[in-house]
Amino acid sequence: MPDPDTDATRSALALKLADATLETLRDPRGALLPILHAIQEEMGCIPESVIPAVAERLNLTRAEVYGVVTFYADFRTEPLGRSVVHVCLAESCQALGSAAVADAAKAHLGVDFEGTTADGAFTLRKVYCLGNCALSPSVMIGGDVHGRVSPGAVGELIEAGRAGP
Amino acid sequence: MTARVFVPRDSGALAMGAESVAAAIRDEAGRRGEPVDVVRTGSRGMYWLEPLVEVDAGGSRAAYGPVAASDVASLFDAGFLAGGAHALGHGPVEAIPYFANQERVTFARVGIVDPWSLDDYLDTGGFKGLANALSMGGAEIVDTVTESGLRGRGGAAFPTGIKWKTALDAPSDVKYVVANADEGDSGTFSDRMVMEGDPFMLIEGMIIAGLAIDAREGYIYLRSEYPHAHETLRRAIATAYDHAYLGDDILGSGRAFHLDVRLGAGAYICGEETALLESLEGKRGMIRPRPPLPAVSGLWGRPTILNNVITLASAPLIFEKGAAYYKDYGMGRSRGTLPFQVSGNIRRGGLVEKAFGLTLGDLLYDFGGGSRTGRPIRAVQVGGPLGAYIPESQFDTPLDYEAFSGIRAMLGHGGAVAFDDTVDMAAMARFAMDFCAEESCGKCTPCRIGSTRGVEVIDRIRADADRSGNLRLLGDLTDLMLYGSLCGLGGLIPYPVVSALKHFPEDFGAEDVKELNLPF
Repeated sequence: MPDPDTDATRSALALKLADATLETLRDPRGALLPILHAIQEEMGCIPESVIPAVAERLNLTRAEVYGVVTFYADFRTEPLGRSVVHVCLAESCQALGSAAVADAAKAHLGVDFEGTTADGAFTLRKVYCLGNCALSPSVMIGGDVHGRVSPGAVGELIEAGRAGP
Repeated sequence: MTARVFVPRDSGALAMGAESVAAAIRDEAGRRGEPVDVVRTGSRGMYWLEPLVEVDAGGSRAAYGPVAASDVASLFDAGFLAGGAHALGHGPVEAIPYFANQERVTFARVGIVDPWSLDDYLDTGGFKGLANALSMGGAEIVDTVTESGLRGRGGAAFPTGIKWKTALDAPSDVKYVVANADEGDSGTFSDRMVMEGDPFMLIEGMIIAGLAIDAREGYIYLRSEYPHAHETLRRAIATAYDHAYLGDDILGSGRAFHLDVRLGAGAYICGEETALLESLEGKRGMIRPRPPLPAVSGLWGRPTILNNVITLASAPLIFEKGAAYYKDYGMGRSRGTLPFQVSGNIRRGGLVEKAFGLTLGDLLYDFGGGSRTGRPIRAVQVGGPLGAYIPESQFDTPLDYEAFSGIRAMLGHGGAVAFDDTVDMAAMARFAMDFCAEESCGKCTPCRIGSTRGVEVIDRIRADADRSGNLRLLGDLTDLMLYGSLCGLGGLIPYPVVSALKHFPEDFGAEDVKELNLPF
């Protein structure tokens, strides 16, 4: 059941973020991605309920905005955990056993890829390449990349990246 | 006297704890009352030694690494500020063979200077190329690039001068310069190293490209996975504006160039140039059919120079030292240097800038030191996820665009990912198809559907379900994708798949690959 008050508040916040982003752009064209980044950064996700307001502000259709939100892996309509654990599964990390690192992360968190722990602390995701290939396998926890991660060490790294509620 | 200590801020070094090492050095220096200036640099590219700490020691820099925060007290005890001996010491950094045997041309400053310091850039030849380009007309700038032999470093190796001339000749009052910084290929990190370690060089190259075609605006399209590159670029761009290298009147010349960074959002396909343009325009990263080429109709339909980071970053040197200087490096039609990147299962992973022409084996063994696990290297994927897997019998191939084409492989962006003999090449072929299915933009059928069918077919081959029939089907499918896809994702994903099957048929249970009607 949508909550109109919450939706209205969210849309107002999204519009405020959209306007603040537009202020920073030299050319307002192509503003949708920067705006979506700003919304996701502030609100933790891009709630579907804010899409109509963003679309109207940019003179786009809702379908166009929805299409962009769903195309890119970074953008999510549901909130993620407070910390996101990204395990790199690209070739270089595979060559040094990232599959075992991924298994250890799944076992530690008790979730599969794209899953969020029951306490909302972590979401586990895979990523293709963090640009740290010379130090594979790589894991990014809450924005910090770690190199040479072993299956035995990943649990401890994850716990060190636990963010408070 | 204040000692100078250099600690990288490169994200690879940070991933190994460089931030805590820098903090520990400051703390320990404070405790001991020894004045120390900690300078943050890019990385030398010797990643197995990161965090690699350097100190000014009588004209050369002494190297220590890999340093952990817990090593710092013992480094002070050993007198490392004056280059004292320590178990982690390597002597002068430039004498380390891995580094000494390179030709650091494009990467001359990376790991040495403070990337946030304009003074460091100017002290090392920075913006001299721009000064020279400002005295030239557009056609002369383009001719210089053509003369240098520079080819696109993003992977396609298209002659840069021809691309620039096409954009120069396309009539329009508004043109753009776009840097493709969506470095999504596994095993590649040279763009990141430049952006984190020498951002002004990219900025200078983009300004020169703008002068060439009279473009007054540029964008760097940066992947969102590179937050440190983002911060460094933003700082460098702000500094360049403050000192009139960017803006409405570049160094009083009356010429204008504005530059912004735009972030991607986690889509591999946006490294494809037309998908990148769509994304910059705020849309889904769906590729555009070509023609028209971006040089004729690119960003918002305007003529656009769209080059990889390293390509654009090569321009300042060409204009500082001349086209002939650059062209003197290399072999055949591959001129200049390429920053090779060696990673995966390798002892000494990192960046190796060399003139074209060393062999893959030189890169893997002389530089890389063989596999990290100590087992034989069985396969190497060169050129990213869309590049061929190369067996040991071809490790003597020179790293040169044409030589690689000759063995139905591609040099691409210069990344080489090594695998030892535990690799299952049928699993890697499946991964290639699965990656393509995940990252396909969905515009054309061969890529959108073919990749998913490819995963299924390889699964059946691996499960020995009508193996010979499915092997033939895989041959047909890769042929269709190779020739029928609109862009390089669906069109090149047959390279890892077919090369894996051709060179490692035993992993697929295939007996005679000649019967399979493979596309190459």
